[in-house]
Amino acid sequence: MSVRFLPAGDTAIVVEFGDGIDRALNERVLRLGALVRDAGLPGVIETLPTFRSLMIHYDPLVTCGENVVAAIGDLLDHGVSGPRQSKLWRIPACYAATHAPDLEDVARRTGLGTGEIIRLHSNTRFQIYMIGFSPGFPYMGDLPQPLVLPRRTDPRVRVPAGSVAIAAGMTSIYPVESPGGWHLIGATPVRLFDLRWPRPALLSPGDAVTFEPIDAREFELIHAAVATDTYVVPCEANNP
Amino acid sequence: MTPALRIIAPGVHTTVQGLERIGYRDIGVPASGPLDWISLRLANALVGNAHGTPGLEMLLQGPTCEVLADSVRLALVGCGASIEVRSGDARIVPAGQSIRLVRGEVFRVGPLIDSACAYVAIEGGLDIAPTLGSVSTYVRGAIGGFQGRRLQKGDILPLKLPGADIRSENALRRPLDLALDQAVRVVLGPQADYFTDEGVRTFLSSVYTVSPQSDRMGFRLDGPQIEHARDYNIVSDGVVSGSIQVPGSGRPIVLMVDNQTTGGYPKIATVISADIPVVGRRRPGRAIRFVSIDVREAELLRREQQAVTQHEIEGLRPLTHAEH
Repeated sequence: MSVRFLPAGDTAIVVEFGDGIDRALNERVLRLGALVRDAGLPGVIETLPTFRSLMIHYDPLVTCGENVVAAIGDLLDHGVSGPRQSKLWRIPACYAATHAPDLEDVARRTGLGTGEIIRLHSNTRFQIYMIGFSPGFPYMGDLPQPLVLPRRTDPRVRVPAGSVAIAAGMTSIYPVESPGGWHLIGATPVRLFDLRWPRPALLSPGDAVTFEPIDAREFELIHAAVATDTYVVPCEANNP
Repeated sequence: MTPALRIIAPGVHTTVQGLERIGYRDIGVPASGPLDWISLRLANALVGNAHGTPGLEMLLQGPTCEVLADSVRLALVGCGASIEVRSGDARIVPAGQSIRLVRGEVFRVGPLIDSACAYVAIEGGLDIAPTLGSVSTYVRGAIGGFQGRRLQKGDILPLKLPGADIRSENALRRPLDLALDQAVRVVLGPQADYFTDEGVRTFLSSVYTVSPQSDRMGFRLDGPQIEHARDYNIVSDGVVSGSIQVPGSGRPIVLMVDNQTTGGYPKIATVISADIPVVGRRRPGRAIRFVSIDVREAELLRREQQAVTQHEIEGLRPLTHAEH
């Protein structure tokens, strides 16, 4: 599929690389995002990477859609990007029943044992395709096929912050308490969003995540360390 | 004592709004800012503030406040309502002009009558530190503004200036045109191809009304259903203020300034930036119809609107004593 430029009114252009969810497609989105940031195009305010397209927000008083499209076309044809920098985060997750209200239900629906669900989930290296829905909410794929379920038919009004969830081939962590329709299979004591940080989200699109199983006691210990800002989330350079 | 306004009654939904919050959409933080930047800008100009100085946005019904400063200069813009001064020198000051109040005076902005939103600017602005580069309130995320929320009874809203000099007050040359009957201009897409030709025709030829389930995140519209050509889910992608999503119900939702950054419903069209305030002013029950234009026209209209607003600001007139 060739690249499509779609107008989102007079303040944004959508650069669409395809129609599905896959890493190669998302990689093109992220690379263009990095190129646009580095290029510092006049009037371009910010970019928003999503699964299969890059949204480019611009100020119509400074530039116009036609100029933005021309500049992006040029970057796509001639732009040279270095290797994309990203991180691998090892996020502690507790799958104990007290932290995983939907684990039994997921076991019933998938026909897997809870141990097998935890093994599959914690042995996968996920990629953050995008952040959306609520501040800091990462859409991470790809979920191993046996764990793929639709969203809950009955969304919760309140999902606690730190909930580790799966739905629709993805996994995520609720960074703050919010409504939500995903299946809650665990929880992390780690803080994902904090307005005191210069960039308030821990995770960025393009980063990788693995979940490291912990028990309920370790959860409490890390939780206490997070509360006093003495816990550092294990993180290394991501070499896919 | 720190100069402040004490909130006696908060109104329906009153928040601090200023410039947009820019640079955090890629981590899911919306831009926020006023539904109607033109009114906020004119209100700021009336009290001598720079563009973007944070003021109070009120929806449907304004607040009642007591002045806890030596004096303060205010202006209300965006509706046909008035500032009613209820104690001290009781008087009624219409929207579109500045007024100076002194310590202990109580003022109220009543029901907005015609518009859904209006703005009070305060000379010097509010003494509130920005969060992520902006003072604008995003209530759902508890980000910015006064403690990240809408105002409540008893709040003490700190002001930058201890007092306002006595000088002649300003007024708009003519009342702001709220464009309450104007068709809302849209650019079709980015997913107009998710709808049948009939669906697009329905969208552009019907009269919709603003649903009571509307807020700063989105204005839901009641009216004829828009027919999808295929699936009504897309692979989630970016949205802007003005994106018109059509979920499975076939009824459009115009996303507004507190919109989530991404969405999974196809978007039939996008309201042009010049008409975001036009939508923002429509109260529940008000009619909305849409007309399609192209991006180039939309950009032209935005520049024109900028020039007209600038012209209004340059044309502010001092009030004569009789008008005070």
